[in-house]
Amino acid sequence: MAQLEIRLSGFGGQGLITAGIILADAAIKEGKQAVQSQSYGPEARGGASKAEVIISDTTIDYPKVKEPAVLLAMSQEACDKYIASLRDDGILIVDSYYVKKIPETRARVYSLPITELARDKLGKVIVANIVALGATVAITGAVGREALEKAVLSRVPRGTEDLNREALALGWQLGREQLEK
Amino acid sequence: MGENDRQAVLMSGNEACVEGALLAGIRFFAGYPITPSTEIAEGLAKRLPRYGGKFIQMEDEIASMAAVVGASLAGAKAMTATSGPGFSLKQENIGFAAMAEVPCVVVNVQRFGPSTGLPTSPAQGDIMQARWGTHGDHPVIALMPASVQECLTLTVEAFNLAEEYRTPVILLMDEVVGHMREGILLPRKEEIVLKERKKPTVPPEEYLPYKADPDGIPPMANFGDGYRYHVTGLVHDETGFPRGRGIDGDRLVRRLVNKVKDNFVPMVEEYLTEDAEIAVVACGSVARSAKRAVDLGREQGIKVGLVRPISIWPFPEKVIRDLAEKVKAFVVPEMNLGQVVLEVERCACGKAGVYGLNRIDAELITPDEILTKIQEVK
Repeated sequence: MAQLEIRLSGFGGQGLITAGIILADAAIKEGKQAVQSQSYGPEARGGASKAEVIISDTTIDYPKVKEPAVLLAMSQEACDKYIASLRDDGILIVDSYYVKKIPETRARVYSLPITELARDKLGKVIVANIVALGATVAITGAVGREALEKAVLSRVPRGTEDLNREALALGWQLGREQLEK
Repeated sequence: MGENDRQAVLMSGNEACVEGALLAGIRFFAGYPITPSTEIAEGLAKRLPRYGGKFIQMEDEIASMAAVVGASLAGAKAMTATSGPGFSLKQENIGFAAMAEVPCVVVNVQRFGPSTGLPTSPAQGDIMQARWGTHGDHPVIALMPASVQECLTLTVEAFNLAEEYRTPVILLMDEVVGHMREGILLPRKEEIVLKERKKPTVPPEEYLPYKADPDGIPPMANFGDGYRYHVTGLVHDETGFPRGRGIDGDRLVRRLVNKVKDNFVPMVEEYLTEDAEIAVVACGSVARSAKRAVDLGREQGIKVGLVRPISIWPFPEKVIRDLAEKVKAFVVPEMNLGQVVLEVERCACGKAGVYGLNRIDAELITPDEILTKIQEVK
């Protein structure tokens, strides 16, 4: 059974739940099964936030992620908290802007300047989630690029399509460069 | 993917409930938003006016339930959505709707309780409250969806049953199914079968508002259509007026209870139960974990199956009674300290072992936990 479990984590306000929804949407658009869920604190910003996505070729019963194969951490706290759940053969992607200390792990680690790039190249930290999503998908192959772009464009606010398309391309390139290293 | 190139769409259980309500012909929603049901009010606030319906945010949960009853009496298909604390507050008026035979749908997206509990966390602690939350003997229909698709189909079903039986119907969701997103196929309008309340066939002067047909259900006139009648929570006779007589109470409450009991066929899904020696009984989101546990158990050669009550009320008694003759044990996982298990014990009549599995730490019970329990009782 081909089933991919992905956890996107950080703090509230970074758009990780939106990123999770977009990822699941892309999988559905490719005709796969997908379940997305989340947990968050009562506060709107600043609390711990995580989104989980399961992508599968067959029906998904238990909807929660237990041992993700892919962990995106966009805060030090989230990285420290969830590292233990990551599979040994998994992939850890961290935002080097927030995660300074990478915990010991047997997973493959990619430390990427996600928020920094969003700020310096696009002038908007708010699209760091889409940069992160582009990089994560480029590295993991969770879904295809075309479906991902469609999902991004259908889920972001009207008038921000170009900015988000650029953010996605930036993240994608970041991910591809890592693979070529 | 569906037939005819139909594309699945990603949405949450709460969003699917909104789609279901609109397909069912909802024309009135009153509510007081509360996590984890808020997206239902939010969605209907946006969309209901475009369907010619009314959305109103009331001052509290009690008033919103009262407004739903009023709108339904005027002929509109009406719904409210809430969660734990709000469900508690609505109970008085749910009883009124049962007594006055007013069709309506009450969505309760269960969260961790009692009281305000853990607002964003899942639980299934309101199962007995859905049955007995309002005082006195009364009929109850309560449905528990286990998937986003079912949040849609059971919302439609809840409206149909409310109209058909003239009684409040509870859609008993939980935080997991309410907030998770998965792909669903939106049915076309022509694929949906809708039921409408019976209308009187006699002129206003001959109308007895609470004179039931042989099926136990009286025809219902809309307020404003010229049929003037009295609506009360007091015991009343066929005219709708209270006389303060015990004999009217006996007749009325027996009819209210029996109109559902005699006609409603409990809805249940059975999975691999034909040769099962162990039956897991699970509802709502927990049934998803249970199904996975059953598959894992079968891989290990354990003859285990799943019974999923879709209508938790009326409870699928016969299915459990029949299985109790065949199986060695029932395993009942639930996100509370043991509510469904009481019904299973009652129906099993001591003919099979009944083992609860309970979790109240705001996490969904996992397939592994259920599998371990299955192995223990094997």
